[in-house]
Amino acid sequence: MDIPESYISADEIASRIPDGALIGVPKEDGGVAMEVTRALVRRNARNLRLLTVPVSSMQADMLIGAGCLSEIETSGVSMGEFGYAPSFRRAVQDGTIVIRDATCPALYAELQASEKGSPFQPLRGIIGSDVLANRADWKVIDNPFAEGGSDPIVLLPAVRPDVALFHARYGDRYGNVWVGPKRECVLLAHASASTFVTVEEIWDGNLMEDERMLAGTIPPVYVDAVAHAERGAWPLSLANCYERDGKHLQSYVKAAKTPEGFTDYLKQHVYGEQAAA
Amino acid sequence: MEYTREELLICAIARMLDGCKNIAVGTASPIPGSAALLVQALTGGASRASILGSDIHNPFNDGGPELFDRAGQGRVDAFFLGGGQIDGEANINLVSTGPYPEPDTRFPGSFGSAYLYFSVPRVILFREEHSRRVFVDKVDFISAPGWSPPGVHRPGGPYALITSLCIFRYDRERHRFRLDGLLPGATLEEVRDNTGFDFDCPDNIGPVAAPEPDRLALIHSRIAEEISETYPEFARTRLGWQG
Repeated sequence: MDIPESYISADEIASRIPDGALIGVPKEDGGVAMEVTRALVRRNARNLRLLTVPVSSMQADMLIGAGCLSEIETSGVSMGEFGYAPSFRRAVQDGTIVIRDATCPALYAELQASEKGSPFQPLRGIIGSDVLANRADWKVIDNPFAEGGSDPIVLLPAVRPDVALFHARYGDRYGNVWVGPKRECVLLAHASASTFVTVEEIWDGNLMEDERMLAGTIPPVYVDAVAHAERGAWPLSLANCYERDGKHLQSYVKAAKTPEGFTDYLKQHVYGEQAAA
Repeated sequence: MEYTREELLICAIARMLDGCKNIAVGTASPIPGSAALLVQALTGGASRASILGSDIHNPFNDGGPELFDRAGQGRVDAFFLGGGQIDGEANINLVSTGPYPEPDTRFPGSFGSAYLYFSVPRVILFREEHSRRVFVDKVDFISAPGWSPPGVHRPGGPYALITSLCIFRYDRERHRFRLDGLLPGATLEEVRDNTGFDFDCPDNIGPVAAPEPDRLALIHSRIAEEISETYPEFARTRLGWQG
């Protein structure tokens, strides 16, 4: 399949994400747009704010290490079995990034409120935690439907990212993208002011006209631009397409343990010719 | 009968999961995952295990929010959590040590703990490093509290704590741990020396019950095979999987 004429490049997507933007991104197995992440580092993006839905790994760590982020709202940043996320840990310990600690379903709820156009979404739990104690923007009210006695419940404000950014398995020439069961990407697209997607493969046909693909498809009304990026989630995985590159992730974690090592990594894999290896 | 520490723990956890219909296991949890699969096998599927990271043993398709939505409805009976720090009231800390937000050591973050600790009836804490660094008198940051005052809606909470030395049960009325059994080679003195919080202890503390022979055989055959899909290295080195 030829690349549809309407498609732009990963670097063009990066150039259309302005400094200071609030970007919503999925967790590691949700389809992470790593090619655009590298492009954001290359264009020297600054003061981006990242909303991880609900957690992140190398994407957040690389953007932090490269100085692209001023703030992160997350339920966790970790390299999983490869250890802690070095740039994230360093930046939080040194106070060079604003951290807004959250818990997974609260981040979904913030987006669900935005999706519905509601000012907030209630959620059970969280009360008595220091997560709540450190979030002036999260409120506790008395459940107005409770019968007798008080019933405190947390309210999460609607959060509308400026940009939703993810990597999907298929895109077609009609502007549809298919994320399959990755509902967090659908939620992100619905909740955000704009959405940029990279796709692994071009689907021959119209995804909206195939009933087997329909439920997993995001139509163009939510999607501002699509880019073709083969192995666009590398070195992370894309479900049912390729596994994560464990050796590479291990070498990244090792390199990122020092700022010098991190800079060398960027030279080799982000600025260098091996960027799309 | 010979068995490894992992096999002993798998069987001990499986006993705690008795009667649980829906058991969810999070990331980096091969031992809890094996226990959940063991219970699923023993009940002929009446208990359902969902293993995060597994394509086969995760019968859900509605994305990241689904686990939390199910838990909120009371449709998850058991879950596992860890902690960079855990204290004697079962408060857990997955965020950082020292002052917040600029800490001494930053951990990944609270993940779903601040929600699942409230909504899942049997949360089993699993933390292998048994040291005063981990088991502290009071956590530096409460990712999720071990108990809540009356009036706070809370069907869930801590059930037990499993370490490399012992198993504690949690008393929800008194907000305290009670030593339940020692692992092979561990002594009460060793547990006391390496625990920074006060806990209850029965007069004659014994060892954790040995694996049931039929269950051990099942672990070596079917469970090793099933967990190998998500944790091949664990299945090979710890359960003798030959795949």
